[in-house]
Amino acid sequence: MDTTQVKLVTIIAESVLEHRLVNDIRRLGAKGFTRSEVSGEGSRGRRVGDVEGANIRLECLVSEATAERILEELAERYFENYAVVAFVENVAVVRGDKYI
Amino acid sequence: MDLVQTNLLNPVVLAFVLGAVAARAGSDLKLPDPVYATLSMYLVLAIGLKGGASLSESSFGEIALPAVAALLLGAATPVWSYALLRRFGKLNVPDSAALAAHYGSISIVTFMAGLAYLDSIGVAYEGFVAAFAALLEIPGIAVALVLAQRGMGGTRNLAEGIRETLTGRSIVLLAGGLAIGMLTGTAGLEKVAPFFVDPFQGVLCLFLLEMGRVAARRLEDLKSSGAFLLVFATVAALVHGVIGVAIGTWTGLSEGGAFSLGILSASASYIAAPAAVRLSLPEANPSVYLTPVLAVTFPFNLTVGIPALHALARWMA
Repeated sequence: MDTTQVKLVTIIAESVLEHRLVNDIRRLGAKGFTRSEVSGEGSRGRRVGDVEGANIRLECLVSEATAERILEELAERYFENYAVVAFVENVAVVRGDKYI
Repeated sequence: MDLVQTNLLNPVVLAFVLGAVAARAGSDLKLPDPVYATLSMYLVLAIGLKGGASLSESSFGEIALPAVAALLLGAATPVWSYALLRRFGKLNVPDSAALAAHYGSISIVTFMAGLAYLDSIGVAYEGFVAAFAALLEIPGIAVALVLAQRGMGGTRNLAEGIRETLTGRSIVLLAGGLAIGMLTGTAGLEKVAPFFVDPFQGVLCLFLLEMGRVAARRLEDLKSSGAFLLVFATVAALVHGVIGVAIGTWTGLSEGGAFSLGILSASASYIAAPAAVRLSLPEANPSVYLTPVLAVTFPFNLTVGIPALHALARWMA
């Protein structure tokens, strides 16, 4: 089957940021995303999520350029003060034009 | 002493104690997150509906004066809290403003526990005081964010933080419930009473079970909070509560109504304010502001604040 290489961007963040992050990735060119509620611990330990829900995980399939822009935006706006983890993977999809 | 005992022997308070003890003992007791969220929505909507129905029965003259006083109190509390925390607590600007937002704002659950206490001893109160919750909550957070802006030389987007406060689910549900209650009146409330009024205290018990767990988990962070914050968390509750009761009495509220305004003022937010502060003041340390609120002020109000403020309201009335 014909496949296209795209980037899978995964963002795990404290749940208060949900609306902002969804707006950001939409604005930067993601055509869709998957959201799930997750929990865990990291260098920032416990957070406001104690009373307002755990963390959220956003995943989106995007072009390389969009993936770059998303990471830059996260670095600029969130990494310093918020609990946010983000990473990019190479994945192969069918119907590549659906995502980029 | 009798009042303290009556308050402590309330299922609502004992459910909180049970949650806390279970958490300390390492029990797996925990409400699933969606249940916790649903219960909090139920409680806020229920209190809004009841408050709204009471508003529809009250005259403008009865409400106006205490409402304006509540609004001013909500705006003033963060100002002196911030000044004290900066000057005597030696806290930095974001942490001081964050705490000011929490203590300027209110805890609707503490208020509900106060009303449960009034119900248990058969003291009547003006149901419309629930509307004052919104009047204290919003300026409390907004003023604290403005103080942070001034203290830090602002480029931050205040409008966004305030909009996020206003659209947070607790404010939306409270304001919406009040509106529905006002529009439909007592007759409307009667239709939903079997669901929203009768089981209310039972649901509150379940919710407080979870609050007990959350508060107990914060206890270990108390050591790093320092003595000043512990003292602030109790003194602020008492002083704000006394001011609330006094303002309530002077503006014409009954014993139960003045107590309700007092316990609202005494309480500190742990739902609306944390979310708003996290978004608008990310430099503030969540442990600094959440630990005193959850591990000190909330249990203090629940056990000591409620009977103490009621005794004051009774004495002043």
